[in-house]
Amino acid sequence: MDKMIAVVTGGTGGIGSAISQRLASEYQVVACYFKDGNHEEAKRWQAEQREAGYEIDIVYADISNFADCEKMASLVTERYGKVDVLVNNAGITNDTSLKKMTPQQWQQVIDANLTSVFNVTRNILPVMLEKNYGRIITISSINGRKGQFGQCNYSSSKAALFGFTKSLALEVANKGITVNTISPGYIETPMLAAVKEDVLKSIIANIPVGRLGKPKEVANLVAFLALAESGFITGANFDINGGQYM
Amino acid sequence: MQKDKVVLITGGTGDIGTAVAKQLDPLYGHVIALDVVADNKGELWQAELNEQGFSSILFRHMDVANFSQCETIINSILHEFGRVDVLINNAGITRDAVFNKMTKQQWDEVLRVNLDGMFNVTRQVVESMRTQMWGRIVNVSSVNAQKGQFSQANYAAAKAGIYGFTKSLAQELMSKNITVNSISPGYVNTRLMKGIRPDILKTIIDLIPAKRLAEPEEIAWAIEFLISEKSSYMTGANLSYNGGLHMY
Repeated sequence: MDKMIAVVTGGTGGIGSAISQRLASEYQVVACYFKDGNHEEAKRWQAEQREAGYEIDIVYADISNFADCEKMASLVTERYGKVDVLVNNAGITNDTSLKKMTPQQWQQVIDANLTSVFNVTRNILPVMLEKNYGRIITISSINGRKGQFGQCNYSSSKAALFGFTKSLALEVANKGITVNTISPGYIETPMLAAVKEDVLKSIIANIPVGRLGKPKEVANLVAFLALAESGFITGANFDINGGQYM
Repeated sequence: MQKDKVVLITGGTGDIGTAVAKQLDPLYGHVIALDVVADNKGELWQAELNEQGFSSILFRHMDVANFSQCETIINSILHEFGRVDVLINNAGITRDAVFNKMTKQQWDEVLRVNLDGMFNVTRQVVESMRTQMWGRIVNVSSVNAQKGQFSQANYAAAKAGIYGFTKSLAQELMSKNITVNSISPGYVNTRLMKGIRPDILKTIIDLIPAKRLAEPEEIAWAIEFLISEKSSYMTGANLSYNGGLHMY
């Protein structure tokens, strides 16, 4: 199979599904899934994708666990021989003001959003280095850029991705591998379902374009950065937030 | 009255920590260095400085990576002194390695001390600062968080994480007259730098417009400015202090 391989963590989520679908035409997409090991839900998602015309492979891994990621990377390498594109997209929130935040709430978000990026990237990078080619795209957040009340944990984890991305970019730049971040603003996904109606209204009031972003729009940006032609773009962050933060 | 105020500095016995402690000693009632050092090195550090005339400086042993230890030690400080007014999150370590060789341990150690440690300590002081309706929190980041650095994916990630934390917390605490800022020093003349090969050090200094390293006292002066009573309108900001090495 000469098709390029793209691994997408959180590949079945709100933005993840859009990314998986957008890449599926040019790449063999491997969606990485965990969600407390509910394989049935993953299989249902895969069937839905198939019905819509997208053949997407699934691997299972708790990405906050290093050993799991080791296994996952071995499996993918065994199955496909290479990984051309890695999209670190998985992420969660657990919002609360710092004065109430428990160490568990802190650690859970750091592990799911930041440690996971180390775990996955560290295990997938070797195969990219072997082939002297790779595209590593990590999804940060507008709140990693501007901070957010109630998100000391989330904001820290997302801001950390900028330091990580720039450092790794420097290390692998001459190996044909680019490393970038995308910082989406408020996007229409299940993650926003937790936000109260009146709060959402006031958020939209602060978005110059006057609406939430669409998962497809983030997916398009991912596809652009993943192109072979985008090889001069590295260590960069791309805001996509309707003008909400500049 | 500033003279009654209590300052905490994590990583307080390091080169930058010591410079900050000495700078703030004449201005504040108690300047407490929190650090992890072997045997009684911390007590000796305090004794030496007290002898030199820095009478406000105290040492307390505390591992920022240990949440419950932070709880215990800082609660005892609150009990003993009745307040905490200023927190300088300065504790930090490096465990450099190129990423494709970096171990999980190297990653975890740096994240635990530099990022989780900041949560562990800050979490203990926000309640009392909010009650007092006054506070200053300064988080020490690094130029390498802003520009990235070869062999420092872990360090740069942790130090960049500080910016997200700083901005979020600043938004939460401004209504209580508590400012939260970060400072991002460039290359500072400390023990951390002394481990670098002379030829590599030369190439680093060549890249710095100022053509020299910063002295710890210069960082201390900047921190004194950030925590001053007069700096109450500055919050959620980052003070780059790098001799022109990185401009943004």
